Amino acid sequence: MTQHRDGEAHLQVPRYSGSARINHWVVAISFVLLMISGLALFHPSLYWLTGLFGGGPTARWIHPWLGVVLIIGFFGLFFRFFAANLPERTDWVWLARLRHVLAGREEYLPEIGKYNAGQKFVFWAQAILVLVMFVTGIGLWPAGLAYFEQLLGFKATIDQRRLAAVIHAGSAVMTIAIWIIHVYAAIWVRGTISAMTRGTVTGGWAWRHHRKWLRKEIGKEPGGPQPAE
Amino acid sequence: MSQLQPSFGLTKRSATTGALAPAKAETPVAKLIDVSKCIGCKACQVACMEWNDLRQDIEENVGLYDNPHDLSPNTWTLMRFAEWDNPERNQFEWLIRKDGCMHCQDPGCLKACPSPGAIVQYSNGIVDFISANCIGCGYCVKGCPFNIPRISTADNKAYKCTLCSDRVAVGQGPACAKACPTKAITFGTKDEMKKLAAERVVDLKDRGYAQAGLYDPPGVQGTHVMYVLHHIDKPQLYAGLPLNPRISPLVELWKGAGKYAGLALLGLTAAFGVVHHLLAGANRVTEEDEENAEKLRGGGA
Ligand code: HEM
Ligand code: SF4
Ligand code: SF4
Repeated sequence: MTQHRDGEAHLQVPRYSGSARINHWVVAISFVLLMISGLALFHPSLYWLTGLFGGGPTARWIHPWLGVVLIIGFFGLFFRFFAANLPERTDWVWLARLRHVLAGREEYLPEIGKYNAGQKFVFWAQAILVLVMFVTGIGLWPAGLAYFEQLLGFKATIDQRRLAAVIHAGSAVMTIAIWIIHVYAAIWVRGTISAMTRGTVTGGWAWRHHRKWLRKEIGKEPGGPQPAE
Repeated sequence: MSQLQPSFGLTKRSATTGALAPAKAETPVAKLIDVSKCIGCKACQVACMEWNDLRQDIEENVGLYDNPHDLSPNTWTLMRFAEWDNPERNQFEWLIRKDGCMHCQDPGCLKACPSPGAIVQYSNGIVDFISANCIGCGYCVKGCPFNIPRISTADNKAYKCTLCSDRVAVGQGPACAKACPTKAITFGTKDEMKKLAAERVVDLKDRGYAQAGLYDPPGVQGTHVMYVLHHIDKPQLYAGLPLNPRISPLVELWKGAGKYAGLALLGLTAAFGVVHHLLAGANRVTEEDEENAEKLRGGGA
């Protein structure tokens, strides 16, 4: 329920429950550790990053296990958020006006629900890439591959394993690029980060960036005004 | 454990971008395996086990002479027995090939390895795995065109034939060459071995093996383990020796252009963020936005 917290001037609108935030941080932390341990092997100039894990062998074995944590965590996020990320007509309008988005001219944009088209892109792209990275990651993982070969009764060919390496590294680059955009957007659009730390955003933030969603949230309150749509 | 032989100069070192200290240039060496002389006694396998102190677990007999079944972290060389009915000569032939690392001049294992100094090539051409630097990722397995490296589940290190670099470093030949009773395995400079091979090829041609030849595949810039084959046109007969081995284009893509494209994309994305923030400034919520939200809610709590 929207409210004024003690000592705060602005209206606070709840955006993420405690469990959604914990789920997000499990994914975020495992992702960052995966990124660091993966990039360490991606290029020799980054190999020093293995030191953060206590050396190359540890970085090597911990990476795929973090991948297992990530895929389980992402599964949770996927089912929590996927309905709000279904595409709708205003997404195309938003995309067509990307110029205004980048310039921060909200007044030229349609009213947005819980997520804008950019956030939806991040959601779907990461969902696909994480799945691809999991499958190809298994292909790259000697112990994990042996386990799944036995379990499922197949034998990966050497060219499949090489292809897994190419696709894994390529998807990793894409997923990290999208992650950079995701993190940057959260920093650029001030007032966003509290959504994932405290679970709330200010009324003004919601009004400015997700007005349709704000109307709906307020409409849920007993006695509050009804949403416009 | 396989260790660096510091007496040799280095020409290649895995995951190393800077220039290497100028290498002491040694004469390239080679091991020549004359398959036409091999009787399949496995003395070389035993010598390898003894010198390198390797013990393979006992396996089940499945009706093949190949024993053990495959290369492993404890089996760095293996006699592979192939049977062939030669239609031209109308005869049955045993094609017995001593499998193991080929010590490629252009080693795919080294190209793929992400750990600095886990794989090196000495200036004499020997490719050595340095266990202390190995992280057990298995990239070398994907890089090798000959299916040679094996990762130990005991210590998570990659293993393969060292060409007895520790023996060569003190002026000895490899243990297998020393043990071979028919001199099917010889060791010396690469030039000497090519000369010896040429003589053997002439002899085999004389004896009716018109397609006899030396296996020193140019796709990997030649190897420091070479075979004399009776049928150089059909290397696959010898338990799947590849006809034209080279580093897989997938590995080249992964380890070549892919790295630069990837780093460039990440750099550009980060740069976009910085530049955008400098140009557009922070996207801040205004007091007006807050007031509008209050109004929408109907005057506040
Ligand atoms: C989802 C499950 C994942 C699994 C099972 C997995 C598994 C693997 C494995 C087994 C390797 C080989 C090296 C090693 O063992 O550490 C690897 C390499 C790598 N991984 Fe992952 N990974 C996953 C997710 C990710 C994610 C999310 C990222 C990026 C944020 C990532 C980035 C990388 C990179 C950059 C490499 C190095 C590729 C190269 O050497 O070119 N991985 N991964
Ligand atoms: S497993 Fe192979 S590729 Fe990986 S570090 Fe060891 S030698 Fe290098
Ligand atoms: S045969 Fe394989 S393991 Fe041996 S040097 Fe060539 S690429 Fe490396």
